[in-house]
Amino acid sequence: MSEVKKIATRASYGKALVELAEVHDDFVVLDADLAAATQTGVFKKAYPDRFIDCGIQEGNLMGVAAGMAAAGMKPFASTFAMFAAGRAFEQIRNSIGYPHLNVKICATHAGISVGEDGATHQCLEDLALMRVIPGMVVMQPCDDVEARAMIKALYDYEGPAYVRLGRLAVPVFNDEETYKFEMGKGVVLREGKDVTIIASGLEVNESMIAAEMLAAEGIEAKVINIHTIKPLDEELVVASAKETGKVVTVEEHNVIGGLGAAVCEVLSEKAPTPVLKIGVNDTFGESGPAVTLIKKYGLDAETIAARVKAFVK
Amino acid sequence: MNKLELQKKAVDVRRGIIEALHSAKAGHPGGSLSSVECLVYLYFEEMQNIDPADPRKADRDRFVLSKGHAAPVLYSTLAHRGFFPVEELLTLRHVDSRLQGHPCMQDTPGVDMSSGSLGQGISAAVGMALAAKLRGDSYRTYCLLGDGEIEEGQVWEAAMLAGNKGLDNLCLIVDNNNLQIDGPITEVNSPYPIDKKFEAFNCHVINVEDGNDLNQLDAAFKEAKATKGMPSCIVMKTVKGKGISYMENQVGWHGKAPNDEEKAIALEELRKAEEALCQK
Repeated sequence: MSEVKKIATRASYGKALVELAEVHDDFVVLDADLAAATQTGVFKKAYPDRFIDCGIQEGNLMGVAAGMAAAGMKPFASTFAMFAAGRAFEQIRNSIGYPHLNVKICATHAGISVGEDGATHQCLEDLALMRVIPGMVVMQPCDDVEARAMIKALYDYEGPAYVRLGRLAVPVFNDEETYKFEMGKGVVLREGKDVTIIASGLEVNESMIAAEMLAAEGIEAKVINIHTIKPLDEELVVASAKETGKVVTVEEHNVIGGLGAAVCEVLSEKAPTPVLKIGVNDTFGESGPAVTLIKKYGLDAETIAARVKAFVK
Repeated sequence: MNKLELQKKAVDVRRGIIEALHSAKAGHPGGSLSSVECLVYLYFEEMQNIDPADPRKADRDRFVLSKGHAAPVLYSTLAHRGFFPVEELLTLRHVDSRLQGHPCMQDTPGVDMSSGSLGQGISAAVGMALAAKLRGDSYRTYCLLGDGEIEEGQVWEAAMLAGNKGLDNLCLIVDNNNLQIDGPITEVNSPYPIDKKFEAFNCHVINVEDGNDLNQLDAAFKEAKATKGMPSCIVMKTVKGKGISYMENQVGWHGKAPNDEEKAIALEELRKAEEALCQK
C-alpha cells in the first residue's frame, strides 16, 4: 500500500477558495493578519482585489464581514478559531447570527493539534460557542477531500456558518472521485453491531484506526463521521444508538459543549443510551508537538480503542 | 425639502419618539431626541435612492445606527418617511412588534443593519462602504455613533480600517451630547478630543457647533460628500433630550420613558414648537 497523503484542512480551505474563484467572482475573503497561517494567503496571491486584510482586529473583521453580507456580498472571514469563536464571539452573535447574515466564518488552528503555540491558541471551546448561536451552521471536515467539498457547498449556502479547520496535516482517506458532501448528513464509514463511535475532524481517522484495533479483539464498532455538528444528523445518531446500544463520541474539543454534548442532547430526549464522551477533559492544552499532545490528551487511536473496549464490556 | 419643512418633520419625529416611548414604558429618549435633526436631514434630504416601497433597493444609500439604543429616532424617521405606518410606532418594544428595543434589520422595513451592542454598527458600515468600493457601486454609507459609544475599542478598529482603505463613500457622525448612562462623558471615561482622534485615524473631520441646526448639518454633509480619498467624520455637538424642556441635558432621561403626565407636557411643548413654525 502506498503511503497515505497528509494535508491540513486549512490548506484544503485555501485551495478550495482559489478553485471557487476560478468559477465565481462574487465572493470576498477577509483575514486578520494571519493569511499565511490560515492559508487564505493562497487566495490573496491569486485574487488580491477580492482579499481584505483587516489587520489584527478580529471583532472588526466580523463586523465588516457582516456589513459586506448585508450589502449582498458573500464574505469568507478567517482567523484562528480562538480569535473568531472566542474573541469575536459577541460580534458573531450580534452582527452575524442575530441578523442571519451570509457570512462564512472559516476558522483554522482549532483544537489541541495546534501544537507548540500552546493553550492560548488551542481553541477547545469553539464548537460549544458557535453551536449555541441560533441559526448558525457548525461544521468540521475530517480530511482534504471533505474540506474542499464543504467549502464549495458553503459557497452555495445562504446564512451564517462556522467551519472548524486544523493546522496539522492529516491523512486523506476520502476518495475524491466518489465523495459527495451533504450538509447535515452524517457519513457511516464502517458498520458494527457492538458500539457506535461518532467522531469529527481529525478524530475520524483516529476512530477508524481504533475500530480496526477493536475488530482484532472481536469488538465490532460502527463508525460515523459527523462533519456537520449543527444541524446534527439526529436520525442517524438515534438509529445507530438504538442499533448498537452504546455510543462513544470522539472530538478534539472540550467534552463540554461540543460533539459529545450535541449527541447527548439528542439521545437523552429521543433514545436514552449510555454515552462515553472522549475529548479534552475540561482542561486547557499546552505546548508540544501535535501528535504527542493528541496522545497525551487521550485522543489517539490506541487510547480510543482501550476506552471503547472498557466501555462496551 | 426646504428648511421649514424639515423643521416640521423634526417636530413630527420628536412626537413619534415621545408617543412610542410612552407606549413602550421603557427606552431611550435622550439620545433619540439629540439626533432628530441629523436623521431628518439624512432621510429627507441627503440619502439617495431610498424608496419606502423597495426598502432593500440595491443602489440605495445606507444608514447604520451604531448607537442602536436610539432606535426610537430611527423608527420615527422611517415611519414619517413612509416605510411603515406612523401608528405602528406605538407597538415599540411590545411582544410580536416589528419594532424591537434595538434595531433589527429582518423585522423593520428600512433598517439597513441590526445594532444595539455598542461599537459594532460602525464595523458593518465600513463593510458596506468597502463592498461598494469593491463592486464599483455609487451608494454612500452613513453611520451614527454615540459619544459614549466611542469608548468601545471596536470603534477605533473600524475607523482605522476605514481610514486605511480611504473610504470616501463613508460618512461617520458622532452625536456629541456629552452624557452617557453613568454621567457626563468627561467624568466616566473622556473620549475627548474626539475630532483629533478621528483625524489621527485618517478621517476628514467636520466639527458642527450645533448638531440640532439643520443649516449647519446641511453644510457639514455637503462638505463630507465633496471629500475624496478619505472617510468623513462629522462631530456634532447636540443637546441630549433636545426639544423637551425637562429632558434637555438631564442624564436621568438617557433610558426611561415618560409617564402620562410627562408625555402630555412633552406633546404640548411640541405642539407649541409646531405652531411657532407654522407662523413663519
